[in-house]
Amino acid sequence: MLDDVLYLAQQTINALQQGSIYALIALGYTMVYGVLTMINFAHGDLFMLGAFACMLLAGVLTPIMAGFPPVLIFIVILLLVMLIIGVLGASIERIAYRPLRAAPRVSAIITALGCGLLIESLTLVIFPYSKSMPLLFTNTTFELVKIANPQDPDNPLTLTLTALQIIIICVALALMIALDFLIRKTRYGMAMRAISFDARTVPLMGIPVDRVISMTFLIGAGLGGAAGMLYGLAYPVIAPSMGILVGWKAFIAAVVGGIGSIRGAVLGGFILGAVEVLAVVVFDSSYRDLISYSLLLVILIFKPYGLLGQAPNQKV
Amino acid sequence: MKTIIFPVLCLALTFFAGCGKSGAPSVKIGLNTELTGEMPAVGASSQNAAKLFVDQLNAAGGVKVADKTIPIDLIVGDNGAKADQAAAVAQRLITQDEVLAMIGPDASVCAIPAADIAEAARCAMISPWSTNPKTTLDPNSGKPKEYVFRACFIDTFQAGVLAKFVLNNLKAKTAAVLYDSSSEAPNGQATLFKETFEKNGGQIVGFETYTTGDKDFSAQLTKIKATNPDVIFLPAYYNDVPLIAQQARSLGITAQFVGSDAWSSPELIKLGGTAIEGSFFCNHYSTEIATPVAQKFMADYKAKYGQDPDDVAALTYDAFGLLVQAITDAGKLDRQAIRDALAKIPKYDGITGTMQFQPGSGDPIKSAVILQIKDGKFVWVANAQP
Repeated sequence: MLDDVLYLAQQTINALQQGSIYALIALGYTMVYGVLTMINFAHGDLFMLGAFACMLLAGVLTPIMAGFPPVLIFIVILLLVMLIIGVLGASIERIAYRPLRAAPRVSAIITALGCGLLIESLTLVIFPYSKSMPLLFTNTTFELVKIANPQDPDNPLTLTLTALQIIIICVALALMIALDFLIRKTRYGMAMRAISFDARTVPLMGIPVDRVISMTFLIGAGLGGAAGMLYGLAYPVIAPSMGILVGWKAFIAAVVGGIGSIRGAVLGGFILGAVEVLAVVVFDSSYRDLISYSLLLVILIFKPYGLLGQAPNQKV
Repeated sequence: MKTIIFPVLCLALTFFAGCGKSGAPSVKIGLNTELTGEMPAVGASSQNAAKLFVDQLNAAGGVKVADKTIPIDLIVGDNGAKADQAAAVAQRLITQDEVLAMIGPDASVCAIPAADIAEAARCAMISPWSTNPKTTLDPNSGKPKEYVFRACFIDTFQAGVLAKFVLNNLKAKTAAVLYDSSSEAPNGQATLFKETFEKNGGQIVGFETYTTGDKDFSAQLTKIKATNPDVIFLPAYYNDVPLIAQQARSLGITAQFVGSDAWSSPELIKLGGTAIEGSFFCNHYSTEIATPVAQKFMADYKAKYGQDPDDVAALTYDAFGLLVQAITDAGKLDRQAIRDALAKIPKYDGITGTMQFQPGSGDPIKSAVILQIKDGKFVWVANAQP
């Protein structure tokens, strides 16, 4: 009985860790969709660049900041990674997407796929081998619970939580709360919501649409970069292809949560993390993807616009 | 104007693509390998060894065919460690580049589809590193393919060696397996290990899978932890093993890790660190028990590339050795004659030991070694004879 409880608690921690990363990436997809109704398929590759940027920055900054506490180094690197990837995301929008804004949506989506492939291939040229992510701090493992196992004395029942898991979950939640505040309480957030409500009328009200869109890409890509850094620290073998699978999964999370909805993306991310772990807990792990994606499909059958998504306004 | 430029450009490109086919006579050999994708270290080793072999042979004039010596022209194709791309590269090498024979691919996930192409085109192919039994078998009849060979042992043998090692040397009774079910070699190794381990009295307490590209294994590992196995068998490539091992250790799993020949790459140690220390795996050869031929190869390789050759490099070198021997035996540059000569090679002394193809099959009879990771090095532990 107790061992089952501990087992499920451990699996819940696993699900939270995965879910918070999916949610952070899903935010980037959903924000871009909100303002431009396009899917930024280069987002998964920006996520990958976040991990590589962290690796390079750690190599430069760790010796320079040798005397400072590791937490400070972590925060400095995190902010720099978000800034670099954010600026990159905004530049991609300026160079590749803006000239196509009047073109059919399909052209923009294909351009996005192309940008993603370009980023991935360029990274592959520079880093053909998988890289090992440096440790920014000692990843202590905390044994939250440790009880002697009556059946097997050599194998005590434990519940473990690593420092990294705590940091990942906390940083992800902090970023999501900050974003929610930004969208709901600031002038920029209001402008962004206005654009996603009616993109045609908004410029007539004197709102600088281009600047708001650039800002959206900056923030969305920055969050993706942060997710890449956290992901790289948690799974410290990083490769240029790492963004593909995670990017697709986060996109699915955004759709399930209701693409265009900020809270929906967060919800979708955590649901996807939970469903993936749950499928392994209940069934054979060979059926993980089959079961988790069937479940998500069922959600979409009943809620075609996603859990928190809204049907497009029908204007008469 | 724009409408004209494009077709003209296309025509020009086709014209230039046709150039370069003439020139001095040479023996064209294709190398189909994993230069990009999930395991670039495998492709790099294979390409390095191939270039070393060809350079050495060409420096001495080339391959002996009847009374002439003809230099080798090596054509390398990147299969991206993907099944479809491997088949496309095989097709291109065989039909467009008109190679005499093809070496590679290395990973089974690529070698199996490429082998179907080679068999259909009646062109000899030697895979240096693909251990999955399916590579040399015809999928419809289940009989051995006629044109497909390999320079390594097969997984049926490897799984038996590992199962016996775990039971007899490590004195383990229970084992769990975690593997990539979408990749051919790990998939076969996991299933065959389970069969032999259970047949020899062991108990498999966990049999979990993941998909290529997964980085989080915590759900599966938490499940395995609950069953408390003595040993965890990880038939996975060098990119996955470090992540699995690190996550297992941070979940408090203390079981011994055991792996297959897919582990063998110096990259494993670079990425794995302390989490993989003390683990055992099965391999094709060990630098510690090298014959004089192997020692010369190791020295040459290290002089040229500044690192020790891994087993992919050694097996690629052997695959080229076998092929060149077959070309000389055949005495003519003809695909069918080379295939026949290859099947009849008496006994070949390679870097990875002596090998000889079993009658009517492309699988050689050869031995394996068990290595342990100690202080960041691969250390020889035991030999296993077929």
